[in-house]
This record gives sequence, C-alpha cells and structure tokens, in this order.
Amino acid sequence: MTTLVKQVDLQHFEITQLLEAIYFRYGYDFRHYARASLERKVINRLRLAKLVSISAMTCKILYEPSFFNLFLKDMSVTVTEMFRDPYVFKKIRDSVCQHLKTYSRVNIWHVGCATGEEAYSMAILLDEEGLLPRTRIYATDYNNHSLELATQGNYKADKMPQYNENYLKSGGKSSLSHYYQQQGNIINFNDSLKKYITFANHNLMKDQVFAQMHLIFCRNVLIYFDATLQNSVLNLLKESLIHRGFLILGDKESLDFSQQRECFENYANKERIYRLFTNL
Amino acid sequence: MLIKKESTDFSPTYKALVIGVSAGGLKALSAIIPSLPSDFPLPIVIVPHRKHESEDYLVSYLNKRSSLTVLSASIGAPIKLGCVYIAPSGYHLLIERDKTFSLSIDAKVNYSIPSIDILFDSAAIAYQETLIGLILTGANNDGSLGLRSINFYHGLSLVQDPKSAEFSVMPQTAINTTHADYIIPLVDISDFLIKLLME
Repeated sequence: MTTLVKQVDLQHFEITQLLEAIYFRYGYDFRHYARASLERKVINRLRLAKLVSISAMTCKILYEPSFFNLFLKDMSVTVTEMFRDPYVFKKIRDSVCQHLKTYSRVNIWHVGCATGEEAYSMAILLDEEGLLPRTRIYATDYNNHSLELATQGNYKADKMPQYNENYLKSGGKSSLSHYYQQQGNIINFNDSLKKYITFANHNLMKDQVFAQMHLIFCRNVLIYFDATLQNSVLNLLKESLIHRGFLILGDKESLDFSQQRECFENYANKERIYRLFTNL
Repeated sequence: MLIKKESTDFSPTYKALVIGVSAGGLKALSAIIPSLPSDFPLPIVIVPHRKHESEDYLVSYLNKRSSLTVLSASIGAPIKLGCVYIAPSGYHLLIERDKTFSLSIDAKVNYSIPSIDILFDSAAIAYQETLIGLILTGANNDGSLGLRSINFYHGLSLVQDPKSAEFSVMPQTAINTTHADYIIPLVDISDFLIKLLME
C-alpha cells in the first residue's frame, strides 16, 4: 500500500531531521529558529550544492564538517548598516548616555553583531559623548567569518554617504569621515575606535553570561527565533544586565508577550529601549 | 478583458491573498483595497517596495480609505479575516506554516527588502492550493519566482494587465516567465476578486 505524502509535508519532516542531526553532531540548536526563513536558506543551499534531497544534505552535513560550516554561514545574518534607525541612536545620545555617565566603567554588548557596523556606530557616539575611554564594547556573533571582517574594520566606501546621513540624523557632531581612513573604495576605521571594541565568538544557542553589562543591543536577533528560544535568550540577557541596565531591541521586536516583561520597564517605547527593574 | 489561460475543474476554498507591488504602488493599491467590502472573505498580505523609514505612511493612508482594517504586519501575529497586512519597510515578511508572520533582515532579493518573492514563496508553502497571488505594477523583476511557486503548489496566479500598469515591467516579467491564471486590468481587479470569492 502506498500512502500519499504531500511534498511540503515531506520537506518539513526532512528539515526537522536535518536540524536534529546538526544538534546531535555539532551542538548548534536551530530547532527553535523561525522555520520559513530557515527553510528558504536550506532550499537555496540544496540547489547550489546540487543535492537531490534534504535527506542527502543531512547525510553530507553529518559526515562533512566543511559542508556544515557552509551551512552555518548561510544561516547567520550578515546584513547590517551603520546607525540603522537613527532615532534610536539619537535617544541613546540624548538620554541613555546621561545614565551611563554616572558609572566609572561601562560595559556594552552588541549581540549578533555580524560585520560590526553597529558596534563602530556606538563607539563613535560614545566618543562624541566623552564616554568611550571608560567603555568596553563587546560585540559577539557565532559567525567567525563576520567577526574577522568586523575586527579588520574595512568597509566599502560607497556606503559611507548613506551611513553619514544616518549618522547626522542620529545627532552626530562632526562627520563620519573623521573616524576612518580611505584607500580607493575601502575605508578603515581608526584604531582610536577599535581599541575599545572586543569582537568575540558567542553562540546564543549554547553559551552563557560572560560579563555584567550596562547596556545590551539585541536588535533584530529575536525575530529569527521561536517563542521558546526567545525566552531563553531574553533570560540570558536579563542575567547579563546590571541592576537598572538597559536593553535595546529592534524596531519590530518587543517584550510584550515574553515571560520577562515584568522584569523590565519601558524606557523609550518607539526606540524599543527597556530598563531592568530593581531586583527586590 | 479577462484572459483565462487554463481551466481548472475544482474550485478550492481560498484562504489568503498575497499582493506584490513596486513602483506605482500607491495608485494601484488605492484602486483595489478601498473598493473591497468589510466582509471580504480573505485576509490580504501586501509587499510594497519602499525605503526603510520609521513612520509608515502607506498603512495610515490606505486604512483611512478602506473598510477593511489596514495594518503593519507584526511578528508572531495570527493572520486574521477583515485585515490587510502591509510588510514593514526594511524587513522581509514571511508566513509560517502555522499562519503567523515572521520577519527577517537577510540579504536583499531582486535589490529589494521586503521582497515579493520571499513572501510569495513562504505563503505558497503555508497555504498551497488555497493561496491567491497577485502581481501589480512595478519596474523590476521581483515576484515572478514567487508567482511560479504559487503555481507549483496549485494556488491561483493573478497579474495586473501590463497595459493598465503605471510600470509594466514587473507584471510583464511575471507573465513572460511563469503562467498567469488571469491577467486583469487594474480597474477590474477588485470586482474580479469580489465575484470570484463572494458570489
């Protein structure tokens, strides 16, 4: 007897098996990623690798770590820009910084920093607010290739006019070009910014708290996760924050339906800036 | 003039309508959405191409003029009847198999974020033969592959008649590269949908 299984249902089953295999073999837990976007990336890789089925891909991933690295690269989001949503950086500059100035040492964590544009944006802002010398910026990602690019601090010069526009909208006090050297079509950020940023590998799916933070950027990271993984990540972030620390989410993310909602107060609604309540 | 390219013997119950639109979108959407009644039987999800801005003019503009509720699609929200969801600017919009929305900031597709192909591909998987896809005016090629996915899963594919489009490239590309069940002039689209779904 043959039972008809719809192609889409088979595909769903095979992807579930693929994710189980990855978790078993490499410890990366993609089982709680939002599925539609993940499915698209899996299918893209399937076509590029000219494999006949997702099950064939599972087999290749189990036995070829180099192919798994390719998959990891597919999965990590590397799209970012400087001063994305300038009004958020403006709010940080105009009001969050006042709170940060009351500390003698400031730790900032950019979660899922990709190629580092946001970390450099923050370093520039802090420099102009006189806070950079007392700050350590930790910028983490699980994609080592992105981290390497971030550490080098080289970016395409043709993106700079747009970034400069964002920078000025965010309340920038000089010109972005003040912070980099240009050679041909490449710009490189100054060492005076780089020395305050630590780029490091951190995997939200398995790594733990590594320092106490005054401010955490976790923008457009949670959108890739299901409710279960969002909850465990928010818990990790909460544990990483100092008493009265700040958490900044992406403009389409919110704590509204999360279990951590009651631990945070709204600091700025539109900017998605939250502040940890006092632990009683 | 309606051109039916291929006849189907069964008439499935449609569950959702997805629309992709680019240059010329404001005019085209204004000719369709406000003409639909408040009891229109499908939720509508729209990807319009535009620059990433914090304020969403298009949502409030269409909402003021429509009897359906027009709102920005948000993560995890269930897709409800009586609502027209617009993809937020600066994000790809996807539909999960449980018929909720998700967003991503992956690379641009067809130079676009949000991309029509990304919405249509995910919606085709989520709704299969119960999905209707519609490509409107635009000056690029986004949406053609997505419409092909909708055809692949036996959904209904609609394209605005390029002759009635402010920018004909996008609907024409869709017609040239995949098949369209119906090719409809802009002024007839809302009536076509009402007849198809409500009579």
